[in-house]
Amino acid sequence: MMPVIPRLLQDTLLATAARYPDHTALVVDDVRVSYREVTDYAYRLAHALRASGVCRGDRVAIFMDNTWQCAASIYGVLLAGGVFVLINAQTKPDKLAFILSDSDARVLLSEQNLARVFCPAAEQLPTLRVLCLSKSKALPDGVENLDNALTHMPTTLPPQSAITMDLAALIYTSGTTGFPKGVMHTHQSLLFVLNSITEYLGFSQHDRLFSALPLNFGYGLFQWLSAVRVGATLVLERSFIYPMQVFKRMNDEAVTSFASVPTIFAMMLAHDAKQQLNFPSVRILTNAAAMLPVEFIAGIRRIFPQASLYKMYGQTECIRSAYLNPALAEIKPHSVGCAIPGTELLLLDENRQAVATGEVGTLYVRGPHLMRGYWKQPEKTAEVLVPGLLPGEFMLKSGDLFRRDADGDFYFVARSDEIIKSRGEKVSPTEVENAIYSLSSVQEVVVAGIPDPLLGEAVCAFVAAREGENLSVQQIKHICNERLENYMVPKHVLLLPELPRTINGKLSRKLIMEQCVTLLPLE
Amino acid sequence: MNVTMKKIIRHYIMENLLFTEDESILQDSDSFLDGGIIDSTGVMEIILFIEETFGIKVNDDEMLPANLDSVDNLAAFIQRKQAQAVAA
Repeated sequence: MMPVIPRLLQDTLLATAARYPDHTALVVDDVRVSYREVTDYAYRLAHALRASGVCRGDRVAIFMDNTWQCAASIYGVLLAGGVFVLINAQTKPDKLAFILSDSDARVLLSEQNLARVFCPAAEQLPTLRVLCLSKSKALPDGVENLDNALTHMPTTLPPQSAITMDLAALIYTSGTTGFPKGVMHTHQSLLFVLNSITEYLGFSQHDRLFSALPLNFGYGLFQWLSAVRVGATLVLERSFIYPMQVFKRMNDEAVTSFASVPTIFAMMLAHDAKQQLNFPSVRILTNAAAMLPVEFIAGIRRIFPQASLYKMYGQTECIRSAYLNPALAEIKPHSVGCAIPGTELLLLDENRQAVATGEVGTLYVRGPHLMRGYWKQPEKTAEVLVPGLLPGEFMLKSGDLFRRDADGDFYFVARSDEIIKSRGEKVSPTEVENAIYSLSSVQEVVVAGIPDPLLGEAVCAFVAAREGENLSVQQIKHICNERLENYMVPKHVLLLPELPRTINGKLSRKLIMEQCVTLLPLE
Repeated sequence: MNVTMKKIIRHYIMENLLFTEDESILQDSDSFLDGGIIDSTGVMEIILFIEETFGIKVNDDEMLPANLDSVDNLAAFIQRKQAQAVAA
């Protein structure tokens, strides 16, 4: 029986499939799948997983590229009562083995293209069952053909026993250092944040969402979950590796929503400078994962003339924390806005006391969208899930420093551990980055502090120029001198062909520090 | 010519993207995307490599999987470009 109110994440699929069975759920390459087809696939997979021994609460790893089967498998795992663990297709064998082992995954769902990665990982885990999509019959020993396993399975709803408090997903956060952490989300936390997001973005069944973000990444995952929630279509690309193809698909499919990160915008703006881009069908444009440089906004407006621009902020531990009312995009270009519907953001000092308007404080998140903790890591969990306002309640300590204005809109200042202290002055790397971004020839910049005998920490800027543009260290220092207090001006500027990224394509200060500091010409 | 060209391309891919000498890993018709052996940087590296090695210029609108996403596609694309250059 269909629940009246969705309690489990998969209820959103069942409701949408009942309402819009023939509506296109997914467009991936040349494949179009309806909600009926997604649901039938998920049902069959759920039965196959049960037959493989998957019980309520068991983890099932999905190691696939952005394919329709990957998207549908999420619901198959949930319908089997399992907990889905999506793993980025770019993951290498050692890290894959770590995640499979750390999550105690019972089954791995993958595809033949990735056999050279999952085979060495699976060899270390004799109890793991591997089900693999395959175009040919030949599969490595011990690997079962997923299509064969599904063939005779019924397209009916298996008995459901999970409740909303049960885990739905472990989302491994990209490990810039050490090992990744599995963020535990329940059906309740994911459904809550899903409803909040679809509410403030105003998605409907008429929307055609576009995403090239990996599904293992919270922001990418929620493009698909949102489409399912409202009955929209998701046009899913594997990546931005071939931008021309992506741009063509966006226009051919007349997409109405585009999920982006600053790096994608930077690439589009560089492309637009050579050959104009125009996506008039897009009405909802979102940015997350990193702060959108203010200098990008005017160009983005030209490329997406009809779109409302939503700047958003969040972290895997609660998926999404804040969004800026799109009417304020130009009025408050440095703000990430206010708490998403149904949640609260607090700015507190070291003694957990509220800071005054305009003062810098640590951001705490309050609401039903918080994770249950890090999988098997109670100590790390206790560092970020701290006692909340009511007995038994927890708040999420974000680790990010913010300011709030009189209207209640928030302004990112820095990661609390990324504040650079130079000459005893506090330097916000973001502020220095914004100054450097004002040079049109800059593609990307990351600013970090390195130990310095005289200054405590010296400000370092790692900068990549736009392709074919001239950019000199002198220009960068000049613009900083023009815009910043002199203690903020980078002591070291390193020009690089490009900046290193995490597996999710994010710029990471830690990664850049690890890889690039030795390249600095230190005296 | 074609066989030599494919050999050169395959050698480059093996050495710079797969970091292996095991020839059995990569068939000439294998998609680099499907194998997950390429990212945006990889595409740029391949383009630089074929431009320098085969004396062609890859235009932005030619950066498509049909031209670049396997050893076979690369070889066919390079030959087309070289023929165009001779004709022009």
